[in-house]
Amino acid sequence: MVSGEVFSTAARPGGFGRRVWRSIVRHGFPDTNRNRSLAVFSNLFLHVHPVKVRVEAIRFTRTFYLGGLAAALFVILTVTGVAVMFYYHPSVPRAYADVKDLEFVVTAGVILRNVHRWAAHAMVAAVFLHMARVFLAGAYRPPREFNWVLGVLLLVATVFLSYTGYLLPWDQLAYWAVTIGTSLAAAVPLVGGDISFLLLGGNQIDENTLLRFYVLHCVVLPLVLTGLFAVHLWRVRKDGGIYLPPEATGRATRVVDGEPTP
Amino acid sequence: MGLVDDLAADTPVVEISRRKALGVLTAAAAGVAAAGTAVMAVRFMRPNVLFEPPSKFVVGRPDEIPIGSLVAMPKQKLYIVRGADGFYAMSATCTHLGCMTQHRAAEKRFICPCHGSSFDLQGNVLGGPAPRALDRRWLGIEDGMLVVDTRKPAPQGDVLRV
Repeated sequence: MVSGEVFSTAARPGGFGRRVWRSIVRHGFPDTNRNRSLAVFSNLFLHVHPVKVRVEAIRFTRTFYLGGLAAALFVILTVTGVAVMFYYHPSVPRAYADVKDLEFVVTAGVILRNVHRWAAHAMVAAVFLHMARVFLAGAYRPPREFNWVLGVLLLVATVFLSYTGYLLPWDQLAYWAVTIGTSLAAAVPLVGGDISFLLLGGNQIDENTLLRFYVLHCVVLPLVLTGLFAVHLWRVRKDGGIYLPPEATGRATRVVDGEPTP
Repeated sequence: MGLVDDLAADTPVVEISRRKALGVLTAAAAGVAAAGTAVMAVRFMRPNVLFEPPSKFVVGRPDEIPIGSLVAMPKQKLYIVRGADGFYAMSATCTHLGCMTQHRAAEKRFICPCHGSSFDLQGNVLGGPAPRALDRRWLGIEDGMLVVDTRKPAPQGDVLRV
């Protein structure tokens, strides 16, 4: 392998294995800046990441990696959530028994369910702390205002995911928590009763409610969250990477209309 | 008043390009379709048939309930009370956030386990975050049987004399 090689078009000896490798990986060994860059942006999963970031931006104490932590927890929740779906029926006679089976009968069910449960709690906490960090750093200011709005929507989606998942074990805690939540919705002026009726799929918490919360929890809200998250992450890149205060970028503060801008 | 010859009247002519006219029509059609879809999506989510227990049901014969007793019906979330002057039906749903209250016979009150509201046997608030007394429900006698409708409200203090 020639150091610094970018893309081999010339017929070279190397055999079938090399051809297969080349069909998948189009860049040379990442020992030059160019190939290191190609390794990132010719890869679907890595290209989300910028090719270059400031050392200041990836310092742990700058962000505590809270946004990344929330995203990682979402991946864990998707994987464990899909796993427990194989044993859970969203119906009144089966739901509670299925969750009990996950805890006591299904091999590794207890760990998958509890990883899902604790990751869910942790994700709400991570999203909240991430927003607190962003707020305290003042990172919601221009040009990042819209990404703050997306962040608020992501918090709402996360909380709704947490809330809809809470009903699914169909135990006393779930039942009364959802009673309280839908009563809160019913307190909205004028349309409160309709919102409550639509959420419950009736006048009381019943099989319709369980099915509705299940579909929201497993399909609708994860899709909404994934879509919002994609735009959120894209905006981080388009808004110039994560916010760094002027002393961290080494640039003097520019002052426009009396307000310092990043 | 004579007839007005509106054909002779000067009507302002606004010229817009074919492209603009088609654009406006397309946008309008898309808008109508989007609004219709939104309305139908909400309507779709409202079930037309509910498999819920009927709100009106027979409690029993009035003389089965002795004076000064309380019948708790947790499935219907309802209390039937027979006082000295007659019957009344009361919702067991806490007026705070909708949890079901529990009857504490020894303390002669109802307690909500969710946020600690308490009510006396008439349903009046004794303490906690509940904003108003427990709701009364319609109670009547039909064919000699005591009948309740959990969806029909009744005024506070109303008592059914038998």
